[in-house]
Amino acid sequence: MKRFIGFIKKEFYHIFRDKRSLFILFGMPIAQILLFGFAITNEINNVDIAILDHSKDASTQEIINKISASKYFTLDQFITREADIEEAFKKGKIKAVLNFEKDFSKNLIKEQQATIQIITDATDPNTANTITNYINAILKNYELSKNKNIKFEYQVISQTRMVYNPELKSVFTFVPGVMTIILMLVSAMMTSISITREKELGTMEILLVSPIKPFQVIIGKVVPYIFLSVINAAVIVILSIFIFKMPVQGSLFLLGAESVLFIITSLALGILISTISETQQTAMMISLMGLMLPVILLSGFIFPISSMPEPLQIISHIIPAKWFIIIIKGIMLKGVDISFLWKESLILIGMTVLFIGLSIKKYKIRLE
Amino acid sequence: MNTILYIIQKEFKQIFRNKGMLPIIFILPILQLVILSNAATYEVKNIKFGYVDFDKSSTSRALIDKFNASTYFNVLTNYASQEKASSAMQLGNVDVVLEIPNHFERNFIKEKTSSLGITINAIDGAAAGVENGYINQIVQSFNKDLKVTYMDASKSTLKPVNISSIPSFWYNITLDYKTFMVPGILVLLVSMITLFLSGMNIVREKEIGTLEQMNVTPIRKSQFIIGKLFPFWVIGMGLLTIGLVLAKVIFNVPMIGSLLLLYGYTSIYILVILGMGLFISNFTDTQQQAMFIAWFFVVIFILMSGLFTPIESMPKWAQVITEFNPIKYFVEIMRMVMLKGSGFTDILPLALKTLAYAFVMNGLAVWSYKKTN
Repeated sequence: MKRFIGFIKKEFYHIFRDKRSLFILFGMPIAQILLFGFAITNEINNVDIAILDHSKDASTQEIINKISASKYFTLDQFITREADIEEAFKKGKIKAVLNFEKDFSKNLIKEQQATIQIITDATDPNTANTITNYINAILKNYELSKNKNIKFEYQVISQTRMVYNPELKSVFTFVPGVMTIILMLVSAMMTSISITREKELGTMEILLVSPIKPFQVIIGKVVPYIFLSVINAAVIVILSIFIFKMPVQGSLFLLGAESVLFIITSLALGILISTISETQQTAMMISLMGLMLPVILLSGFIFPISSMPEPLQIISHIIPAKWFIIIIKGIMLKGVDISFLWKESLILIGMTVLFIGLSIKKYKIRLE
Repeated sequence: MNTILYIIQKEFKQIFRNKGMLPIIFILPILQLVILSNAATYEVKNIKFGYVDFDKSSTSRALIDKFNASTYFNVLTNYASQEKASSAMQLGNVDVVLEIPNHFERNFIKEKTSSLGITINAIDGAAAGVENGYINQIVQSFNKDLKVTYMDASKSTLKPVNISSIPSFWYNITLDYKTFMVPGILVLLVSMITLFLSGMNIVREKEIGTLEQMNVTPIRKSQFIIGKLFPFWVIGMGLLTIGLVLAKVIFNVPMIGSLLLLYGYTSIYILVILGMGLFISNFTDTQQQAMFIAWFFVVIFILMSGLFTPIESMPKWAQVITEFNPIKYFVEIMRMVMLKGSGFTDILPLALKTLAYAFVMNGLAVWSYKKTN
C-alpha cells in the first residue's frame, strides 16, 4: 500500500511540474465554455435578406417594414429583376429573397388573397427552414391584424405549454453538451498518453521490473487526473449556473456524483487507448481523431439522436457522452432524481468496468 | 533542392513505416465521413407522442387519428391521467403530450369553440419549435375539416384576408442535409488530420532528442520546414480527393462548380493549417502540450465554423473571432463552389483572405523556428 501511495505521489509530481500543461488544462475548458455558451445557438438573428418587389404598394411596404423591424432580419438590398437573385446568392451574403407578386395590394383587397414567394439559400437546410418559418410567422401576424374584425367560428384552439425550457433558449441544450464534450475529451486525452509516454521515454521498463502490480499502475495513473477533472467539472458547473443561468432543479450532490462517475469512465477510456498504442503520437491521434467527431455528432449534443437512421441510433449507445448528456439534462432541467436515472448510471458504470478490465488484460508486462 | 527531396523522402518513410498510424490517417477519416454524415441532421422525425383523452368522443378520436396519420409522430401512447403522462415525459419516454379535456365535443357544438392542451418537452428549443409547427399544421387542418362538417354554408360570412407564401429552397430543394454535411465534414477531417500531424511532428523530434541532430546539419531553416510540411500537404490533398470521390459515389453530392477552383483553394488552405501546426510545434516542449493546444483550437474552429450552427446568429464579438477561423472559410467556399457553382470572382475575397492568412501563419512559423536554443 505504501508503495502504491508512493506511485500516486510520483504521478502528481509529474503533472504539477509541467506548469504549461497545467495552465492549458485549467484555462482551456473555461475559455471554451464561455465562448461556446454565448456563440453556439441555432436561433437566427440578423439574417441578411433581399427584396424583390414587383408591386411596390402600401401593403408590400407595410410587410417589408415589419420584417426589417424584427431582430431576426436585416434588409440588405433591393433586387429589381428575377435574374439578379442568382447573382446575389452566389456572392454568399444574403440568405433569403422575398418575392412579392405583381398587384399585391390589389389582389389582397379584391380577392382577399395574395402571394409571396420566399426563396432561401438552402445550402444550409436548417437555416433555410428556420428563416421560412420566421417569415411565415410575421406574415400570419400581418394577416391577423388585417382580419381583426372577423370572428372565427367553429375553431379548436390549442394552448401549448413548453416545459423544462419555456423560452426555448438554445443555451439550455448546448451548455450541458459543451460540458460533456470538454470533460470527456480532456479526460480521455490526458490519460491516453500517460502510459505510452512511459513506453516512449523508456521509463516503462523501470515500472515493469518494480513490484507494483498492473492494476496498481493503472489506478495510480488515473487518480491524479480524477482530482484535476473534478476541479474542471466544478468550475464548468459554476460558470454555467452563474453566467448562463442554467437552473439546477435536481440535487447538486447527485450532479456531482454523476460527474465523477462520467469522469472516471472517460479516464478509463483514455487508459485503454494508452495501453493499446505504442507511441504517444498514435495514442493522441486515436483520442483526437477517433473521439472528437463521433462524440460531437453522435452524443445528441447538436443533432437529435431520434432523427438519425436506425443503425446510427444503435451506434450512439456506445458513446458514453450520450448517457451523460441525458443525465445532466435530467438533473439540471427536469429535476429528476436517481430513480429516473439509474439505467443511464448503470450503463456508465458498466462501461467503466469494461474499459478498466480490458486495459488490465491488454497491459503488457513484457517489452517486445 | 536535393536536400529538400531527401528530407521529404525521410518524412514519407517515417509516416509509412508506422503501421499503427496509417489506418488512423486514412481509414479513420473515411469511415467517419461515410458514417457520421448520416448523423448530422436537424430534421425532427419520429417524435414520441402521447395523449390523454378525457372526452372520448368522436371528435376527439378524429383529432387523434389525424396525429396518427402524420408521419412525424410515430409512437402513440394513451395515458390514463395527466400524472402518468408527465412522469413519462420526465423519463424521456414521450416528447409531446396532447390533452383533450372533458366536454371537448359538447363545448365545441354549444360554444363553437373548444380548447386543447399541448405539452412539449422543450429542452431542445429548436426541435420544440419545429414540433410546435407540425402540431399547428395538424390542428389547422383539423379545423378545416370541422368547418366543413358544422358550418352552415348558406350563411355567408366575411372572408378573411389570406396571404399565401410559397417557400422555394434553392440549391437544395429537398432540404437534404447530406448535400451540406458531407462536404462540411470532409473539410473538418482534412483540417484535423493536417493540423494534428504537423502540430506534433517537430515537437516529437524535440522530445525524442533528434531535433538537435537535425540542427547541427547544414540544412537551412527554410529547407527543413518545407521538407517537413510538404508530406502533410500531400496527405491533405489526397484525403480531399478520396473524400470527394466518396461524396460523389456514395452520397451523390452535387458538384456544380469547378473542381479545379476547389483544388486551387484547398492548396492554399492547407498551407494555413500547416503553418498553424508548425507554429504550435515551435512554442511547445512536449507532444502533450502541442496536442492540448491543437485540440483547443480545433474544437473552437469546428464549433464556430458555421457548419453546425449559423454564424449570423452569434453575438458580434463572436463573429469577429470567426474571422480568424480558417475552417469557416473552407466550409463557406465548399458550399459556394460545390453547391451553388460560384466562380472565381465570387470566391476571390475569401480566397485572398485565406492567402494572406497563409503568409502570416507561415511567416510566424518560420520566424519562430530557431535552430539554436
